[in-house]
Amino acid sequence: MSDSKVIDPLKSRSSWVGPWTLLKKELLRFWRVSFQTVAAPVITALLYLLIFSHVLDKHVQVYDGVAYTEFLIPGLIMMSVLQNAFANSSSSLIQSKVMGNIVFVLLTPLTHLQFFMAFLIAAIIRGLVVGLCIYLVAMWFVDLTVANPWMIIAFGLLGSALLGTFGIIAGIWADRFDQMAAFQNFIIMPLSFLSGVFYSIHSLPPFWQKVSHLNPFFYMIDGFRYGFFGKGDVSPVLSLLIVGASFLVLALVTLKMLKSGYKLRS
Amino acid sequence: MNHPAIHIHGVHKNFGTLHALNGVDLTIEQGEFFALLGPNGAGKSTLINILAGLIAPTAGSISVMGFDVQKQYQQARQLLGVVPQELVFDPFFNVREMLRFQAGYFGLGRENDPWVDEVLEGLGLADKAHTNMRKLSGGMKRRALIAQALAHKPPVIVLDEPTAGVDVELRQMLWEFIKKLNRDGHTIILTTHYLEEAEALCSRVGMMKQGKIVALDSTANLLNKFSGKHLRLTLGNVSLPQDVARLVRHVENGIYTFALTDMIQIEFVLTSLRASGIKVIDMQLNEADLEDVFLSLVGNVVVDQHLTSQSS
Repeated sequence: MSDSKVIDPLKSRSSWVGPWTLLKKELLRFWRVSFQTVAAPVITALLYLLIFSHVLDKHVQVYDGVAYTEFLIPGLIMMSVLQNAFANSSSSLIQSKVMGNIVFVLLTPLTHLQFFMAFLIAAIIRGLVVGLCIYLVAMWFVDLTVANPWMIIAFGLLGSALLGTFGIIAGIWADRFDQMAAFQNFIIMPLSFLSGVFYSIHSLPPFWQKVSHLNPFFYMIDGFRYGFFGKGDVSPVLSLLIVGASFLVLALVTLKMLKSGYKLRS
Repeated sequence: MNHPAIHIHGVHKNFGTLHALNGVDLTIEQGEFFALLGPNGAGKSTLINILAGLIAPTAGSISVMGFDVQKQYQQARQLLGVVPQELVFDPFFNVREMLRFQAGYFGLGRENDPWVDEVLEGLGLADKAHTNMRKLSGGMKRRALIAQALAHKPPVIVLDEPTAGVDVELRQMLWEFIKKLNRDGHTIILTTHYLEEAEALCSRVGMMKQGKIVALDSTANLLNKFSGKHLRLTLGNVSLPQDVARLVRHVENGIYTFALTDMIQIEFVLTSLRASGIKVIDMQLNEADLEDVFLSLVGNVVVDQHLTSQSS
């Protein structure tokens, strides 16, 4: 055997190149079909904006001095951020599993933490890109105030991270596209629509207000909206703590699933 | 210290009540061109999946150049290139992008591009480098799959049925390239259904049956052990006399293969058949090849069952 011709594969390799490559692949994956992954959700959000603001702008005022359309925009942005962060990691994983090409990643020395980080960051970026596009287009309609940009950034990042992580769990768990669709239709959609995107939960009967407090989407929407208007249904610090803790719990569950090889290496 | 390329020690794998692997021990030295043969369900792919870290063994351990595939999985996988059996691909990217990504997962950047070019050239993919994976023909997808496994220039290469359903041209091209890699020092482990490939390419052969290694020797030794003539007689559905039945190695569709130690036995078989009123429809006489070794080792169950059912 002529050892000289075989390179020593354990030498001179940077540990960040592997996870960076996976992140780059995940970003390119959604960017290649950006008409579907970015343009489509932006259009959907704008249609909601046009219809609801047309019907309700003159009739509803949730906060004093804030028009309904203004109130609606941050909620719509956050709802799209959350839905798209979830869609990115979940659809990438389920597609790779069904197509079988997940094996290309499983054969590599990437650790479970590197795998998690690449899918998580890609989901955050997809969510934030969609959110930013909606914000930029919405600026044509309404002059939005920003009371606390740090809250906007914190809830944007944490919310998309939470849903990106939830998407990884769904992608690992689901074996078929219909199971993934059930996740989307029976968990993500109801939780996001019933989170106070279109209304303040103070307008609800007391029982449904209590129920809304059990919905993690409510805290993400409310905290994000606080960043724009400086007011919300609950304290933004409480929301931040709940969203942060939820992210940590889901991240730990995901890392445990990945480390054990649940459904991926079985 | 010069570790073996692959060291498999007491590997068991159970899927529920199914014992896919029943204590496999196998050592493959660096630089070998090794064939792992066996019928469907023998456990070859299960063994390769454990080696690649895609499934965990129930018991036992495997190391790649001294690194345990579970405890030191990063080093072990870095040293290993596995071509999966299923024809899988990522529809979002072209061939070159996929190879760059694959090398990137292993920590390699643009400095690896000359090697990627060499792989593309060696596998006849150079003019398809910018073609989307989705648009490649089946044969081209298979080449791309092999190229992906080689993208990080692994010293140990595992090819699981790489030539299943591919044309002669690709097989020739693939084997020329793999032989070159072997000459350059890469260890090659191959599973195949084409026994003539294993015979022509591999210096050592392991045969698996029901989750165990049933034969392990150099190709030459295995052929010597089973040297002699093989007489293939087309007889149809008949009941053989006892003294002739003991010489049968394999039965399929009324074609009986007899293992003979010398030419005189031919006369014996034919006389005995004639005395029993059995008519010979067709006759062939061959030297032993790896297929005979394979059939006599892993095909016994089939032959035994066939003979038993006929004699009862």
